[in-house]
Amino acid sequence: MQSFPMPHDDPDHPHSLLPPEPALRVKALETILAAKGLIDPAALDAIVDTYENRIGPKNGAAVVAKAWSDPVFHAQLLEDATAAVSALGFYGRQGEHIVAVENTPGQHNMVVCTLCSCYPWPLLGIPPAWYKSDAYRARAVREPRKVLADFGVTLPEGTSVRVWDSTAEVRYLVIPMRPEGTEGFSDEQLSALISRDSMIGTALAAEPAS
Amino acid sequence: MSDCPEIGAPEPVFQEPWHAQVFALTVHLNESGAFQWTEWVTRFSATLARHGLERDLNGGDDYFMAWLETLERLLAEQDSAPAQETSEIRAKWEAAYLATPHGQPVKLT
Repeated sequence: MQSFPMPHDDPDHPHSLLPPEPALRVKALETILAAKGLIDPAALDAIVDTYENRIGPKNGAAVVAKAWSDPVFHAQLLEDATAAVSALGFYGRQGEHIVAVENTPGQHNMVVCTLCSCYPWPLLGIPPAWYKSDAYRARAVREPRKVLADFGVTLPEGTSVRVWDSTAEVRYLVIPMRPEGTEGFSDEQLSALISRDSMIGTALAAEPAS
Repeated sequence: MSDCPEIGAPEPVFQEPWHAQVFALTVHLNESGAFQWTEWVTRFSATLARHGLERDLNGGDDYFMAWLETLERLLAEQDSAPAQETSEIRAKWEAAYLATPHGQPVKLT
């Protein structure tokens, strides 16, 4: 985690570089809450470290790869994803349920949060800016095929698109279709084909290199 | 598979240090029971909707500005960080930065 101050080398400005206005407001909140014993500053650093370094789409990719290779886990994931991913050590702290939705030749799934930015943090980390933008949140529901085209995804005519709207209580994880030619791949090899966007539904799993 | 495709080009999780700090502060307060996450989502989505009426939000700085505003209002309502006090402490931090020679740690006096 970066910390203030961020001194600069301009000799004409001998004082510390002033952080941006919102950063000062956050520092003010931290100061007040810490003085009242309502927060533990060390816990804040630990949370940032967790989200910057430990949690990310690799977790989700490990889940999807296991679902592709292990039929028992696959069934458990579709039945109760919260329990299935918790067993792998991934669980939410905000009390949400995770629901896995599986892509098939007949249906492609895509996830949005029209209200704000609900997202399966334990599996995918912090959402990218585009997921949080008004443009995506408004268009994903209205014109999902156009949004997919913007991401370079063109689906066959016969494939329908289902858009799932996340909430504070339910977060969705898309299980992309396993690419052809990956028989006999290890979970690690499979994971390398599974991008963050493929688990949001704005991409497909990558084809293996020939 | 030495030449497997490049997945997930690296991008910073948080674009600015203060984005990370306000996020962590909120998660920590939720975990310590200051508010339910459902309450947070309700309030935050209302702020986003209000800001979104004025312009299209890009999901970057404006997203965390809405986040910060939501947290400030919530803590002011709970009286754990009243608006007046927050404003005063913010001003003290600003003064401390301006009064501290660069390279030295900035502290409130």
